[in-house]
Amino acid sequence: MLPEISLNILDVAQNSIRAEAELIEISIAISTKSDILEVIIKDDGCGMTQEQLKKVTDPFFTTRTTRKIGLGIPFFKFAAESTGGSFEIQSAPNSGTIVRAVFMLSSIDRMPLGDISATIHALVTLNEEKEFVFTYSVDGRSFCLDTRELKKILGNISFNEPEVSKYIKDFLCENKNEIDGGAVF
Amino acid sequence: MKSLDELKAIRDKMQNQVKLRGENSNSIRVVVGMATCGIAAGARPVLNAFAAGVQEKGLDNVTVVQTGCIGLCQYEPIVEVITPDGEKVTYIKMTEEKAHEVIDQHLVKGKVVTKYTLSPDMLKQ
Repeated sequence: MLPEISLNILDVAQNSIRAEAELIEISIAISTKSDILEVIIKDDGCGMTQEQLKKVTDPFFTTRTTRKIGLGIPFFKFAAESTGGSFEIQSAPNSGTIVRAVFMLSSIDRMPLGDISATIHALVTLNEEKEFVFTYSVDGRSFCLDTRELKKILGNISFNEPEVSKYIKDFLCENKNEIDGGAVF
Repeated sequence: MKSLDELKAIRDKMQNQVKLRGENSNSIRVVVGMATCGIAAGARPVLNAFAAGVQEKGLDNVTVVQTGCIGLCQYEPIVEVITPDGEKVTYIKMTEEKAHEVIDQHLVKGKVVTKYTLSPDMLKQ
């Protein structure tokens, strides 16, 4: 099991990277009023055929050759559905993939969101050639990190320069804190 | 709200003293397995420990990258250290603490931390 929602997001984003996506959009929207936590991961990668799409939630299906079992998507689906939420994937060859998981916020079976700032920081700094848009919203208030905006400012300066890396970490942590008031979801 | 203006200030300050984006072919590569098996076994903190440690110690010759599943899921989190001559050392069942040890001993001093490496007979199982 992946014990945090953010680890599931990290895992699904790795699929996007393997699908040679250039732009990966990750959105987390929490509504305390509607009692839901919605995660959307959208990429412009190679996509999947209808046949692959049908099999993707089957743990004994994987396209990789290093092992015969693929648990990432089944884990995420189970995690969402066990809270009374929902899970869906839309995909077509050459037109990318959208994964949407909805969790019931107050369900006792909902795993915690976990360290989403560390997850996004790792994705952004270790995949500098990709573009990421991360949006986090709670009850209508939101912030966004768009790597295209960062690169416009930085030019060729690497995200892995210590000061830049720290800025990205602080940007994620401080803005998240401002949006959710430090609440732990 | 933390703004992008702060980033502009950082850029202006470091304009002349920086390495550019893109990988250096003469560098030591630290490869962390980040498929479902690796992530489930705790690869994220290990990856962050390497990335932060390399930055803190100013190891300009080291690049930290991620990879998918290499088929040894039972030994995850797995970290491979590959030197420019192509030599590869595979560390298994890594933790943040072990990562710090590998940074200090292997990446800084060039001494392989053999107690954490994969031994050939493990592959026969």
